[in-house]
Amino acid sequence: MKLARKDILGIRDLAVEEINLILDTAESFIEVSTREIKKVPTLRGVTVMNLFYEPSTRTRTSFEIAAKRLSADTINISTATSSVVKGETFIDTAKNLEAMNPDIIVLRHSAAGAPHMLSRVVRQSVINAGDGAHEHPTQALLDMMTIREKKKRIAGLKVSIVGDIAHSRVARSNIYGLTKMGAKVTVGGPSTMMPRFIDRLGVEVHHHVDDAIRDADIIMMLRIQTERQDMSVFPSLREYANLFGLNRKRVALAKEDVIIMHPGPMNRGVEISPDVADGPYSVILDQVTNGVAVRMALLYLLSGGN
Amino acid sequence: MNLLIKGGRVVDPSQELDAKMDILVENGKISKIGKDLPAGGAKASRKAPAIQVLDAHNLLVLPGLVDMHTHLREPGYEYKETIETGSEAALAGGFTSIACMPNTDPINDNRSVTEFIIRQAVKCGLVNVYPVAAVSKGSEGKGLTEFGDLVEAGAVAFSDDGKPVMTGGLMRRALEYAGSFGVPIISHCEDATLSAGGLMNEGLTSTELGLPGIPSISEEVMVARDILIAGYTEAAVHIAHVSTAGSVDLIREAKKRGVRVTAETAPHYFCLSEEALTEFDTRLKMNPPLRSVGDVAAIKKGLWDGTLDAIATDHAPQSSIEKEVEFEYAANGIIGLETSLALSLRLVAEDVLTLPQLVEKMSLNPAKILRLNKGTLKPGADADITIVDPEKAWTVDVKKFRSKSRNSPFGGWQLKGKVIHTIVGGTVKYSNKE
Repeated sequence: MKLARKDILGIRDLAVEEINLILDTAESFIEVSTREIKKVPTLRGVTVMNLFYEPSTRTRTSFEIAAKRLSADTINISTATSSVVKGETFIDTAKNLEAMNPDIIVLRHSAAGAPHMLSRVVRQSVINAGDGAHEHPTQALLDMMTIREKKKRIAGLKVSIVGDIAHSRVARSNIYGLTKMGAKVTVGGPSTMMPRFIDRLGVEVHHHVDDAIRDADIIMMLRIQTERQDMSVFPSLREYANLFGLNRKRVALAKEDVIIMHPGPMNRGVEISPDVADGPYSVILDQVTNGVAVRMALLYLLSGGN
Repeated sequence: MNLLIKGGRVVDPSQELDAKMDILVENGKISKIGKDLPAGGAKASRKAPAIQVLDAHNLLVLPGLVDMHTHLREPGYEYKETIETGSEAALAGGFTSIACMPNTDPINDNRSVTEFIIRQAVKCGLVNVYPVAAVSKGSEGKGLTEFGDLVEAGAVAFSDDGKPVMTGGLMRRALEYAGSFGVPIISHCEDATLSAGGLMNEGLTSTELGLPGIPSISEEVMVARDILIAGYTEAAVHIAHVSTAGSVDLIREAKKRGVRVTAETAPHYFCLSEEALTEFDTRLKMNPPLRSVGDVAAIKKGLWDGTLDAIATDHAPQSSIEKEVEFEYAANGIIGLETSLALSLRLVAEDVLTLPQLVEKMSLNPAKILRLNKGTLKPGADADITIVDPEKAWTVDVKKFRSKSRNSPFGGWQLKGKVIHTIVGGTVKYSNKE
C-alpha cells in the first residue's frame, strides 16, 4: 500500500488505514537503528529540508537522523541563520527554497496553519513538525507507535492527557489520532487551560487530575509553559505542581500496568516528579527512539515507497 | 444635463413608495416623481436643457446607498486604497455616500485631516464622502479630540474604530460632549483584555485549529457598557459591526427601554460563519471575527425585527503585504463595497427582509443615524440614485474590483443583483458596461 498524499499536515486529515500504514512501516524501520551500520540506501538522492522557525532540539534532530539513516541529504534552516530575520516573507522564503528543488520540506512554525500555507505554495511534500497550538502529527504518531508497542493495541485503552490542553499541539494531534484509533481519551487540567467545547472532540473532561487519571492505561503529561503565569492561566508553578503534577501517589490511581508518557522537554518537579519520570512505568525515552522510526517511515512513504 | 429615469420600480421607504414610477432630475435635484412623466418636462421648449433618458424597465430605482462604515486608507496607506479608488468601488457597488473611518496615518483627529479628506473627495468628484473623526487624540483613548472644530470642518460622527474606547469614563464624556453637537459616537465594542491575542471567534473551530479565540463576550460587555452609559447620559450611541447574538439581545432590550442606541452589522456577519476558517484563509480574518452559526441566525433576526438599523460594509482594504502571510500575522479586514448589495439582496430572497426594508437599512437609516440629508427620493432632495437589475446573476471576480485591494472572501461566489447606474447629484457617475 502506498500513502496517497503529498503532505502530512495533521492527524485530523488522516484515515485510520493511513495511520496503520505509517505505524506498520515505522515498526519495520526500528531494526535499521539497531544495526552496526545504521544506514540504508533507500532515499539516496532525496533532499530533506528542515525549516525550523521555532527552536527545537528533539524534533529537528530526530528528523535529521531519520533522513540520514535513509541516506537522504539534509539541510537544516533555523530562524537564526536564515533570511527570515532580514524580514523576508514566509512565502518568499518558501519559493526560494522550492527553487533549490528539495524533495521534502519539514516545517516547524509558531503560527498555526503555516504548513498548510507552505503546502499551497510549494510543489514539494510538506511535513508539519508542529504548528502553533494546532497539530504536531509526528509526535502523535510516535506516541501511538509507543502505545501499540507497549500495549499491543490502541482501541479500548483509556488515555489521560493532562496539562495545558488549550495551548498544546501535542494534545490536539493525539486527541484526533487516539479517538480515531478507538481509544477512550480523557483530558485533565485547570479550566483555564481547557479550550471551549473540547468535549465535542469526543473526549471526557476533568478539572481534577485524580479524576482524569483514575484507571488510566496511559497517562500523557504535557509540558507546562511557565510564561503562562503572566497571563493568569495559573497562579504559580507551586500551585500547579501541587494540584496537577504527576507524583507516585497519583500514579497509583491509574491501572497497575499504566505507562507514563511525556513529549518533552520535561519540567521536572512541575508537571512530573523526578521519580515518576525515571520510574519503571515511564516510556519517555522509548517515545524518543520511536520518533526516529516514525519519521523514517514518513520520509519513505512520502517519497513514494510502499 | 437633466435626467429622466423611466419605468423602473421605485422603492423609497422615506415616502413609503414602492411602485412603477418615473423620476425627473433637474439641476442635480429630484424634481418630480410620478407616472409617465414626459421627456420634455412640463413645458418643453427649444430652450429647455438637453435631457438624458434612462430606461429603467425591470430595474429597481433606489435612493443612493449610504455606507456608514468604510475605510478609505488615505492619507497614509494609499497603497491599499485612496479616496479615489474607494469612491470608484463605492460607485460600482451602488453607494452614493460613504462615511470613512479615522484610522488613517495621520489619524483623523484634527481639522486639517478632515479638511484634507473632503478636499480630496471633492477633487475626484465621485461620491459624497463624510469623514468620521477620532473620539480621542491619536485614537489612544485618553483625551477627547476637538469635536466642535471637527464638526465645523465636516466630521459627521466620532469613532476610535479599530481601537475600542476602553475606559468607561472617556466614553461617558464623549457621548455627553458629542450630544451637544448633534452627532453620534460610533462605538467599536471590544474589551481588549478579553480579546487579547485572539485571532478568530472562540468556539469549536478555534479549538480544533488551536487558534486563540476572541470570545463573544469581549464584544457584548462593551455593548452593555455603552448602552448603560447612553441610557444614563441620554446621548445617542451607534454600535458598529454587531456580530454576536448577545449583542443583538442587549440592543433589542435597550431599544425597548427607550435608550438612544442604533446599530449596524455587515454582510459577512450574515453570510459567513467561523467554520469557513478551517483552511487558515487570511481573507476570512477580520475584527470582530466571523462568529457561530447561531450568531448568524441572530444577526438575521436582528435585521428582521429592526434591532439592527443598518447594513454597513466595514470595507477594509488590505494589500497582499498584509494578507499573504501566516494567519497569525495577517491584518484584519475584508473589502465590501462592491459585494455588499448583492450579498444583502440574499436576505430579500430568503424572506428575512422585504426590499423596502433592505433599502431602509442600506440608505435611509444610515443617513438618519449620521443626520445626512440623504437616503430619499423626495422632490427637492439631492439626486443620488442607484439603479439595480435585481435578476442579473454574476460571479464575483476580485480582479475586476475597482478597489485597489483584493481582500475579499467572496471571490467566485455566484450572486444575483447588479448595479446598472449610480447617479450622484444628478450626474450618472457609473454605468455597468457588461
